[in-house]
Amino acid sequence: MSANSFFVNLDQIFVLLRNWLVGFLPSALRPAAGVLLGVIAIVCVFPGLFALTTVFERKGLGRMQNRLGPNRVGPYGLFQPVADGIKSLTKEDIVPLSANAAVHFLAPLALVVTVFMGFAVLPMGRNMVLVDMDAGLLFFFAMGAATELSVFMAGWSSRNKYSLLGAMRAVAQMISYEVVLLLSSVAVVMITGSLSLPKIVAAQDQYSGIFPHWYIFTPWGLAGFVMYAIAATAETNRSPFDLPEGESELVAGYHTEYSGFKFALFFLGEYLAMFSISGLGTTLFLGGWSAPLSFLQFIPSWIWFFGKVMTSIFVFIWVRGTLPRLRQDQLMNFAWKFVLPYTLLNLMVTALWRFMGEGWQRWVVCTIILAGAYIVMGRLGMRGEHFGRRSYRHAE
Amino acid sequence: MLGDGILKGMAETARNFFGSYVSKERLTTVEYPEQRIPTVENARVFPFLVYDGADWLGGMRCVACQICEKECPPKCIYIEKSADKKPDFVGKPQFYPARFDIDISVCMSCQICVEVCPFEAIKMDTQFELATDDRFAGLLEDREKLAKSNEYYHSIHPTEATEVDARLAEEKAKVEAKAKAAAEAAAAKAAAASAAVAQSPAPPAAPPAKTEGGS
Repeated sequence: MSANSFFVNLDQIFVLLRNWLVGFLPSALRPAAGVLLGVIAIVCVFPGLFALTTVFERKGLGRMQNRLGPNRVGPYGLFQPVADGIKSLTKEDIVPLSANAAVHFLAPLALVVTVFMGFAVLPMGRNMVLVDMDAGLLFFFAMGAATELSVFMAGWSSRNKYSLLGAMRAVAQMISYEVVLLLSSVAVVMITGSLSLPKIVAAQDQYSGIFPHWYIFTPWGLAGFVMYAIAATAETNRSPFDLPEGESELVAGYHTEYSGFKFALFFLGEYLAMFSISGLGTTLFLGGWSAPLSFLQFIPSWIWFFGKVMTSIFVFIWVRGTLPRLRQDQLMNFAWKFVLPYTLLNLMVTALWRFMGEGWQRWVVCTIILAGAYIVMGRLGMRGEHFGRRSYRHAE
Repeated sequence: MLGDGILKGMAETARNFFGSYVSKERLTTVEYPEQRIPTVENARVFPFLVYDGADWLGGMRCVACQICEKECPPKCIYIEKSADKKPDFVGKPQFYPARFDIDISVCMSCQICVEVCPFEAIKMDTQFELATDDRFAGLLEDREKLAKSNEYYHSIHPTEATEVDARLAEEKAKVEAKAKAAAEAAAAKAAAASAAVAQSPAPPAAPPAKTEGGS
């Protein structure tokens, strides 16, 4: 076996493994069994990543605050998720007496199931997509929108003022930022001409010299990616947009009345949503599973995909360690007065990019429009704001 | 410009993140069960009973006067007076506690018992690792468990213990001086009486001098 075919096989190892396993079955069962194996892989890999991410997040946040983070369970605290899992499994499952039991029970399930569905259309490596749907992006957003429903189910059915306030905030926030999330992805669809995620990755898996054709390396792609990242942070209720569960004012927001394993499911659902939205961002703007430099293509595609996803997760953690929580009005103003208009402008610029054709002119024009708009809108948005020492009318 | 504050903040957290792996001064965490910082001298947790010498019951300073029991705001001290007496540090016979319990689940570490004790018998301990799986009997400390030597007291609160020792020594010296003076007076009286006996042939018998007491 030559080195080249070794790397090709390593790249396709999961596909080959699945084909080999499915080969033992009669041919009528093979497609269903193949899908089932893919589902099992997704259901095992992402919760495993979730477990690792919780401990790395706590250690990372600790380091950002000059603390040690968890280091008691196992070497370097790596078995902390095991302890957490056992704890959440053995805890009492409390359902409030006045809660709507059925909806209260279904909410965490609805969250986890819909979040898992999103992974079905993500290409996690060359030929590694569970369902190669023509409208994969649309399906992904449909599933993403369904998570809002489960959040509201949880808040409403708990019959608790904090839960309901948290759910209201979550719905207001998620709907506002869902628009941005969609519109920033539309730019990619406009350029690629396809809603199929494997096709979007394939369009970026080309190289000029050693540099890849990732969309983030274009003016509209960079702007779109920044807007996508902001919207994704809000969509997954991560800090600084974690108002729905703002523990300083709402106990724990919509999952106040959840305990034991149901709470763990919410926790899992939130992290899985983070993985899937990072996976989509990777697919749309960061070239999916393609290598960052042409001579690195021998490294298996799935390593690149998961490496990019985990890097995005690290940025999520980094942002969480840096920024304080926004106020509800700041959140809404930011969404509707800055992010949404800028994303709409980005759509126009993308169209301009598409119709100006090849050449250096479109780089200059698009960059000037986007950078100018960013500066002007930032200035206008911050006009009247005064940053400095805060004065308290009654307290001083 | 919009967003430069965020970038500055993220640079700061990144500096912390990497710096905490490099410089030891950044990490102020004391990993408690393995690493400990010594308690400061004024630290106080729950009271204990001081005894002098080697025998905890014989040397116990407490005379079961029950002032602390009465003064204790949450009423966590239980004392029973003994039937017999034992000599205290100056040799005067005193009662001692037949039972002296402190319920440390009730104690609020206010130190009032220490302040009211006229015998320097109850002091504050610095022992804070008192976790137990029996929340009733395990947190009710009896006199044997409460009794700790004066040397231990010196080891946890050296300044305070030295002052207490000086005060007790002064008191003891005063008592001894008084006893000596009384003894001398009695001896002089006896001498005078014997002289009188020598002078007058038949005087009434001299009253016996009280010298064995301390007062």
